[in-house]
This record gives sequence, structure tokens and C-alpha cells, in this order.
Amino acid sequence: MTVGKKRKVKPGTAVIYIVLILWAVLTIFPFVWVVLNSFKPSAEVLRSSFALPSQATMMNYENAFSKLNVLKAYGYSFTISGVVTVGVMVFASLLSFGLTRYQFRGKQLVRSLIVASLMFPVFATIIPVFRMMVEWNLLSKNLAVILPQIAGNLSFATIVMTGFMQSIPIEMEEAAYMEGASVFQVFFRIVVPLCRPSLATVAIFSFLWSYNDLFVQKIMIRDPMKYPISTLLEQISSQYGTDFGLMAASVTIIVVPVMLVYIVLQKNIIKGLTAGAVKG
Amino acid sequence: MLYKKEWPLLIFLVPGLLFMMVFLYVPFLENIKNSFYNMTAVVKMPGTDWKFIGWENYKRMFTDPDVRTALINSVKMMVLTVIFEVGIAFVLAVLVSQIKRLQQLFRTVYFFPVVISATAIGLMFKLFYNYNGGMLNQILEFFGAAPVNWLSPELAFLMVCIPTLWSYIGFYFVILLTGLSDIPDDVYEAASIDGCSRFMQVFYITLPMMKPVFFTSVTLAVTGALKVFDLPWVMVPNGAPQGVTHFLGTYMYQQSFGLNDYDYGSTLAVLIVVLGIAVSRGIGYLTDDPEERKERKAKRMQKKALKTAGKGAA
Repeated sequence: MTVGKKRKVKPGTAVIYIVLILWAVLTIFPFVWVVLNSFKPSAEVLRSSFALPSQATMMNYENAFSKLNVLKAYGYSFTISGVVTVGVMVFASLLSFGLTRYQFRGKQLVRSLIVASLMFPVFATIIPVFRMMVEWNLLSKNLAVILPQIAGNLSFATIVMTGFMQSIPIEMEEAAYMEGASVFQVFFRIVVPLCRPSLATVAIFSFLWSYNDLFVQKIMIRDPMKYPISTLLEQISSQYGTDFGLMAASVTIIVVPVMLVYIVLQKNIIKGLTAGAVKG
Repeated sequence: MLYKKEWPLLIFLVPGLLFMMVFLYVPFLENIKNSFYNMTAVVKMPGTDWKFIGWENYKRMFTDPDVRTALINSVKMMVLTVIFEVGIAFVLAVLVSQIKRLQQLFRTVYFFPVVISATAIGLMFKLFYNYNGGMLNQILEFFGAAPVNWLSPELAFLMVCIPTLWSYIGFYFVILLTGLSDIPDDVYEAASIDGCSRFMQVFYITLPMMKPVFFTSVTLAVTGALKVFDLPWVMVPNGAPQGVTHFLGTYMYQQSFGLNDYDYGSTLAVLIVVLGIAVSRGIGYLTDDPEERKERKAKRMQKKALKTAGKGAA
């Protein structure tokens, strides 16, 4: 990692540390400020938002959980993102297996179609997809968010997974075939387990992308009782925007689960979210 | 042998491709088609026909002053992402690569905002910008200055850009840091033996060797800037104040789902796609080495010549 391994420490190093630490503070401080203020009554936030709470109160959280469907919204969000993640993992591994192990006519076409769909921003497909959901009576149902999100993540996931599957040597699969295993046994017992690292990558970006997305939720979920967390939060801000304590608590509520997962899995997450990019 | 039988291929390919067909390719084409029709409602009702209106929506788009604002804002955002996101990320990456301790910690901290939803970040900054007792105005008050309306028409665009840029620096930081660590140490050593200072090494070694990584980062940043929606929508819905903070994404949403003008929304979506393709092609062309391009072209010509020669001989 270290580029300058063999150079002597210079006084410049101190400056480097100072700059880096300053930027770290700039990155983390906004979150600390919000969490801190979520334990204060709104009046105190307005007066002294930088001080520690004079008397920590859970009032804002009680407010958030009683007035708003926070728990339910979590439920919807986790259901949606969970199903999207599993769906993307299943379809992407099937697709990549087909694309890396078989020779067939039109293979190159399929590959370039998948790459081309990376250039489709969600804006370019959402209106027809919305029409389908209206026609299929799926509006305000989780499925209306899940289906387009699986499709939206699939091309990127497939590209990451084909890259990985190509690097798995084929000999083991041939050996298994000699022993009498079927193609599906080979796929489930040998290839999928070997693909665990790239499956983790795919799972992480699918989940985070889906959990954090507001656009699709906003269009598909029209019933306020069925809002997932992002849509709910947006609604809170337009309804209770002046209640600073409640706002701070709401932001904390949406950030905390992601933060906990990030602290535990940070290495995997950073790899997962940048994997496709570095490979180009 | 194992993969001779072709029927299992159906099971592997069909589900995924069907999904993409139904939710990506067909809608994508349908959207282009829609932009040439006058959609009375999003679902075709019996008795109401969608009239073919040709280039009408496109003509409207090119004269719509709001599209101009949105387009200018989106393009400005692209430029800003390249300068500030990729720029700051590169400076941080170079600095972190110079130190030995705490590298991992800085990586973790800088990347953190990337995993947080734009919705949460937008709300957070809304708290900072609030006129009555927001964080920034409290700081101003502390220094005895008058409070500022941070989301006024003059400042709003800048104030929306700041969190958008800030939250994604960590992403490019990690990409560029990975690129930096791929440059072998001995190149630097050879340079310092030849008397190249640490500062000059950045220009003569790091920058040229990082070109492919820069290319990826800039492409991602620019196409990402076109997709901006969540954050401005949460902070300044409908381009508030007075539509000055509209981006192409937010304007497309407002037209289609706020005003139910679906065909015009489709047209705007087409504009976003075209712009995205044009810009990433442009970057590819700009960063492409002219020498390399010439070489490739020469090779292509050679191949072609060989082919025709071969044909002639046969």
C-alpha cells in the first residue's frame, strides 16, 4: 500500500497528517452533529447546536416511533432490498454461468446488450415501467419497486460475476462431470460456492443501492402507509421540517443501521462498491 | 464435454434476460416511442387515442427555458464533480499514499458518506442551512454576523452542489488510491535517484501512469452527475426557489410525475440518455492518446488491406 516505504520521515509528513485529519473531521462532523442534536429538544437545537445536550432526552425518538411508521418503514425497506439482493444474486450467477461456460450463437450480442444497458439511466425506463405497474395493479406494492430494481442491478452484477467466473478453472467441473454430476449439480455444488467473493460484492451493492434509492420508491409507492424508509423520511421533512429535534432523530434512525453494518463489513463494502469501477 | 448439451442453457439465460427484456430494453424503446406521441394518460384508456405528434416535444424542449436551466445546472454539476470530487480525491489519495500509519482509518472514514443515502444527507444539510437557527447561521451568529438565507436563488445551486460533491469524494478516493498502489515502487526510486523531487514525481510519474484510472473516475463522475436526483429533490423540491436548482433528472420527474406530462417527460429522459452517451464518448476521445489512436487506425487499415488482398488472391 505505502508508496513511500523507503523514504525518510520528513517534516512535511506532519502537514500531511494535519490535512488528512482535517478532512476526516469534515467528513464525520456533520453526522456527529446530527446524532448529538437528536437527543435535544428542538428549542435547544436552535439555541446551542454545538454543545453537548444539557440533558439527554429520548423525546424525539419516542416522537418519531409513535407519530411515524418508522418500524413498518424499516420492514418494507428491508423486505424490498432483501428480495432485490437475492434476486440479483440468483439471476446474475445463472446468467454469468451461461455466458462463461457455453458457446452459442448470439453470445456476443447478449454480452454487448448487457454492457449497453449500463448506459440506461433509470429515467429512461421508468415511465413505461410505471405504466406496466399501473396495468398490473402493483402500485403501492413492494413488488413494484422490487422488479425494476432487480433489472436495474442485473447488468452490473452480471458483468462483475462473468469476470470472476472466467477466472475459475474449468478442470474441477469436468472432473465432477466424469464422476457423474449433472450440469446443475456442478453449478450449485462447485461454481456457486467458488463464487462467494463476487457474490458478496454483488449482494453489497445491490442491497445498498436499493436501500438508499428514493426515486423508484417515490414513483411506485403512493400509499403513505406503505412508505419505505427513504420515502417516509422525505415526507417527514416536508411535514415536520421545522421540528429540528425530530428531523435530527429521523436522520439518525435512517443512518444508524447502515453505519453499524459499515463498521462491521467496511472492507467488503468498500471493495463491493468500487469493484466494478476499478475493473473498468 | 460437460457443456455440450445446450438445453440447460435456457434455464441459465432465460430468467435473467427475460427480466432485462421486460424491465429494461422494451421500456427503453417504448420510452423513445412515447416521446413522439401525445400521451393523454400513462395507461392507454379505451376510446382515447395517443396522437402521433412527431418532433413536437423536441421542439418544445429546445425552447423551454426551464430545460435550459436544468441543462446548464447538470453540465455545471459535471464540471464540478470532475474538479472537486476527482480533484480532492486525488489530492487525498496522494497524501494518504505518502504516510505509513492510519491509512486504513482514513479510508474507512472518507468512504463513510458514500454508503449513506442521499435522502439522509439532503435532510442533514437542510438542517445546516435552515435560516432560523440552522448550523451555519448559528456559526455566523457566534461571530456576530447577520444570518444568511442559504437557499436563496443566488446561493441555492451552490448549496445543493456542496453535499452532492462532498458525499462522493470518498468513492473516488478509494478508486484512485488503489490505482496509486498499483504503481511499482522502483519507478519512484529510480526517479529520486535521478534527482526528481517528491513533488515533481506526482507530475512526471503518478499522473501519467494513472491515466486509465482517471479515465474511469471521470467517466463515472460525469455520468453520475447526470443521474443526480434524490439529494436536490429532498433539499430543494421542484427546483425551488423559482426553478433555479432544477437538474435534468428533477425536471424530468416533475414534468412526468408532478404534472403528469408523460410524453414530455419521456423526451427529457431521451435527452439525458443522449447526453450521457455523448459525454462519455467525448471523454473517451479526449483522454485517448492521439498516437495510440493513429496506431490503431493504421492496424485496422492493414488488416483491411490484408483481407482484401486475401480475397483477391482467392
